[in-house]
Amino acid sequence: MLADKDRIFTNLYGHQSPGIDAAMKRGDWDGTKALIEKGRDWIIGEMKESGLRGRGGAGFPTGLKWSFMPKESDGRPSYLVVNADEGEPGTCKDRDLMRHDPHKLIEGCLIAGYAMNAVAAYIYIRGEFYHEAEALERAIEEAYEKGFLGKNACGTGYDYDVYVHKGAGAYICGEETALIESLEGKKGQPRLKPPFPANVGVWGCPTTVNNVESIAVAPTILRRGAAWFSGLGRPNNTGTKVFCISGHVNNPCNVEEEMGIPLRELIETHAGGVRGGWDNLLAVIPGGSSVPVLPKQICDDVLMDFDSLRDVQSGLGTAAVIVMDKSTDIVKAIARLSEFYKHESCGQCTPCREGTGWMWRVMERLVTGEADKSEIDMLLEVTKQVEGHTICALGDAAAWPIQGLMRHFRPEVEARIDAYHTKKAAE
Amino acid sequence: MPTLTIDGTEVTVEPGTTVLQACEEVGVEVPRFCYHERLSIAGNCRMCLVDMEKAPKPIASCAMPAGDGMVIHTNTERVKKAREGVMEFLLINHPLDCPICDQGGECDLQDQAMAFGRGKNRFDENKRAVDDKEMGPLISTTMTRCIHCMRCVRFSEEVAGVPDMGALYRGENMQITTYLEKTLDSEMSGNVVDLCPVGALTSKPYAFTARSWELKHTESIDVMDAVGSNIRVDTRGAAVMRILPRLHEDINEEWISDKTRYVFDGLKARRLDTPYVRKSKKLTAASWGDAFKAVKSKLKGVKGDQIAAIVGDQADMESMAALKDLLASLGSTRIECRQDGSAADASVRGGYIMNGGIAGVEDADYLLIVGANPRLEAPTLNTRIRKAVRHFGLKVGNIGNAEDLTYRVDEFGDDASILTAVLSGDHEAAQKLKAAQNPIIMVGQAALSGDDGAAILKATRDIADKYCMRENWNGFNMLHNAAARVGGLDLGLTTEGGVDSILDDAEAGKTKVVFLLGADEVNTAALKDTTVVYIGTHGDEGVKHADIILPAAAYTEKFGTYANTEGRFQRTIKATFAPGEAREDWTIFRALSDVLGNTLPYDTLDQLRARIEKDVPGFNDLDVLPAAEWGDFGKKGDISSGGIAPAIENFYHTNPIARASQIMADCIDARGGLVEEATGTNG
Repeated sequence: MLADKDRIFTNLYGHQSPGIDAAMKRGDWDGTKALIEKGRDWIIGEMKESGLRGRGGAGFPTGLKWSFMPKESDGRPSYLVVNADEGEPGTCKDRDLMRHDPHKLIEGCLIAGYAMNAVAAYIYIRGEFYHEAEALERAIEEAYEKGFLGKNACGTGYDYDVYVHKGAGAYICGEETALIESLEGKKGQPRLKPPFPANVGVWGCPTTVNNVESIAVAPTILRRGAAWFSGLGRPNNTGTKVFCISGHVNNPCNVEEEMGIPLRELIETHAGGVRGGWDNLLAVIPGGSSVPVLPKQICDDVLMDFDSLRDVQSGLGTAAVIVMDKSTDIVKAIARLSEFYKHESCGQCTPCREGTGWMWRVMERLVTGEADKSEIDMLLEVTKQVEGHTICALGDAAAWPIQGLMRHFRPEVEARIDAYHTKKAAE
Repeated sequence: MPTLTIDGTEVTVEPGTTVLQACEEVGVEVPRFCYHERLSIAGNCRMCLVDMEKAPKPIASCAMPAGDGMVIHTNTERVKKAREGVMEFLLINHPLDCPICDQGGECDLQDQAMAFGRGKNRFDENKRAVDDKEMGPLISTTMTRCIHCMRCVRFSEEVAGVPDMGALYRGENMQITTYLEKTLDSEMSGNVVDLCPVGALTSKPYAFTARSWELKHTESIDVMDAVGSNIRVDTRGAAVMRILPRLHEDINEEWISDKTRYVFDGLKARRLDTPYVRKSKKLTAASWGDAFKAVKSKLKGVKGDQIAAIVGDQADMESMAALKDLLASLGSTRIECRQDGSAADASVRGGYIMNGGIAGVEDADYLLIVGANPRLEAPTLNTRIRKAVRHFGLKVGNIGNAEDLTYRVDEFGDDASILTAVLSGDHEAAQKLKAAQNPIIMVGQAALSGDDGAAILKATRDIADKYCMRENWNGFNMLHNAAARVGGLDLGLTTEGGVDSILDDAEAGKTKVVFLLGADEVNTAALKDTTVVYIGTHGDEGVKHADIILPAAAYTEKFGTYANTEGRFQRTIKATFAPGEAREDWTIFRALSDVLGNTLPYDTLDQLRARIEKDVPGFNDLDVLPAAEWGDFGKKGDISSGGIAPAIENFYHTNPIARASQIMADCIDARGGLVEEATGTNG
């Protein structure tokens, strides 16, 4: 269990004021100038050293991502874009960070922006997060008043602006290139890569898109040192992480924990355990709706980090732990996710546009059992036809929950089909 | 230059080449729907997925730049599966209505489903249905068939320059639409029909009239404007069913204008299909023999200097040469091809063609338009200018009243007297021309048709001479509107005083007989009391006061040579026979000359062409961009201030074929109809 002294987000629950004075008492904006004066290479080196992996789901090393930005401008400005379009079902960490601890993010914007030679940061916030956007605006205003942002930010001689941009509520706009399109005022559809945003991003300029949490932890990492951060967790899965625990637990919550904490410990320590006790557990989706579901026997001893979850054919994703007890209709739950992905597909590329609807329709029939057993394999084949063939990862995200369901709960699906046909025959 | 291996074959390609293009270079076919070499890359159909070694997933070859050392496989099991998968997805919501789909037989989806599909359906759910969209009189929509490749959207945004199309909604509910369900506000809109890989956008006028495999294809040349777009005329029996573009990189690329594409129904309406002779003020059908006899009797006693001829905008050079020879045999040299009164000067070839060529626009960095509206006068040229502006950094200035050319234009007003300032260097445009590496001045007929046309011609010539000459670069470009014009000027069909003087002399009784070779753009009221012999295709302006009508062949019905605005010679191929008694124009003059007792010295088209070659060197060297001589032309004079009147009032009604076309009329209606002059009784 993470010691209180190692916590980064000390106001995660909003017990204290989110305002700048309180934030400064908690250590934000402390010695920011000194950090910046250590230079770009030091900051990026330290971030690489810390082993921080992107907190938005894909887990790409943050320091490495920053290092892709051009060192010298070719005439185009560079931008930092913060992805605050938190839309993955089950995930609600960025929302609390922005609501209760916005200065961590804003200070992170300045430092990260400096490290990649950006002229400004755009925080693309989900439209539904109205109050969070207000909180951010307020915090940015406070930072400007203190001279931490704007011309000569923090007295470093570096000019830097931070803007908040509200999205309009499409899940796909959380995909980094779709977010860029949306930020430019276009229809939110992912772009082809290459070119990558570090080369051609917002308005054709070099851009780095980072998750809120990745940026918000950066100042603390730099202040306390890469060694401290990398000393937490397991190799290649270092540091702390905000987990969002929801579903059939006694005390759903956001909690900052060390990477690699056992799933069972996480749920029992912080969420008050599974409703009806651990033995009442059916399955857990460990990283937001897009990662494959895990049955109880795996949940018993799996560790919560990128590599451990990958080894059990799931993923850490956004670390949104969705707990389902034995009262859950697991087929219906996954069918609901299929409907979500069908609804949120942008429609740009063929496999996702056509495949998500097809998968959802078959899933709906599997819920009642009105299907043929051969359709299970067909459905799995369809998921394979979508997976890896699309422009962005939404196709994968739509395919994985179904694959996870069939991997672990196929007998349940087949039993339902049998029951349906028995009932039909009896009528 | 990157070297990569494709299915075991090594190939070195230009930097910037995509993997798909590299595959094509080694002859490996990669299926695709959304990719189109003249549009931006969308990468959304996912049909072109191929395997790249070291890549965890198949890559979209249309979007992946070829890199050094890449190893590409297009024939692995994984690629086959991926293609089958994408094909299946495209088909699950595509209706199985091929038997009633106009795209049938030339459908990419059909072809690729046969080649790369799985051949069996596993989709048991209901198919999607989508409301059809209204896109005007030219484009018929069946949006259920749409596969969302976005080619039409990209075309209208990028090539046509009208952001009228787009996608609404998302996921499987995504729909391609014109947003407000209106006619595409472009002269190039018909090209989306060619671009659509399925039967979602089809040609409305052609709808359900023919199947592609029943049609005979004839490769020909368009005469709706002076660009000389390369076209394919598709016929069934005696009827032209549709017109499609042919690829010509230096002229029309693969686009054609709506007028070029859809004018074909005008070939069937209002046709002159038998000779007529005016008897007691009434035109009466007659035999060829009687008509010729009538001409002969009308010419009796008429002296050579009392005979004149006006040539229309769509005449081929063979007809013009034969008419010129016929007139010469009657003692007249008064034959005029500049129906619009243009001051274009036939003395120096470099003075009446587009010296830089159409494709040369892409090499230019500054273009000064003088009294031209390329969007209406030559839409395919306008898309080329737009392309140059978008991709090659061309800047455009305009003296004239052309509005909304679909690219950014510095407007210098429509007062031609600015040219004096430009010439003396006191105008912004002069500096821009001077500073440019490859400057162009493009002169339109509108600027040359006024009383001061010759002075404007001289001024533009001098501007070009002063600012637009570089090594191997002549920046003087004349834009013509009439397909016949450059050929007519090549044959020297200009007269002192032009059309106006012929009409004045006719009105004054000094001219007794006037031949009109398809001349329908002149006001024939002046010819009321003159003997008019009309040789042409349609019952239009020219026949109003005609005494003898000799029915001739339209451009799809004859072998004719046209010099386009670049001075490039191209030939039409006869796709159908002219209707009824109508004959190819030059044969009419040859036969008439026989009756008149002065037989023209050629019996075949080849003999006639050999005869023209003597007057027009290079006439038989087809499809060559000429290097024309340069010299002095135009007349120094005062340029009156005041606006330049547009050369074209209505894009859809510029010639007799277009005026006979119901489709063109529908296009006008869709845009609010013809603006009628107020009569005083309409409120």
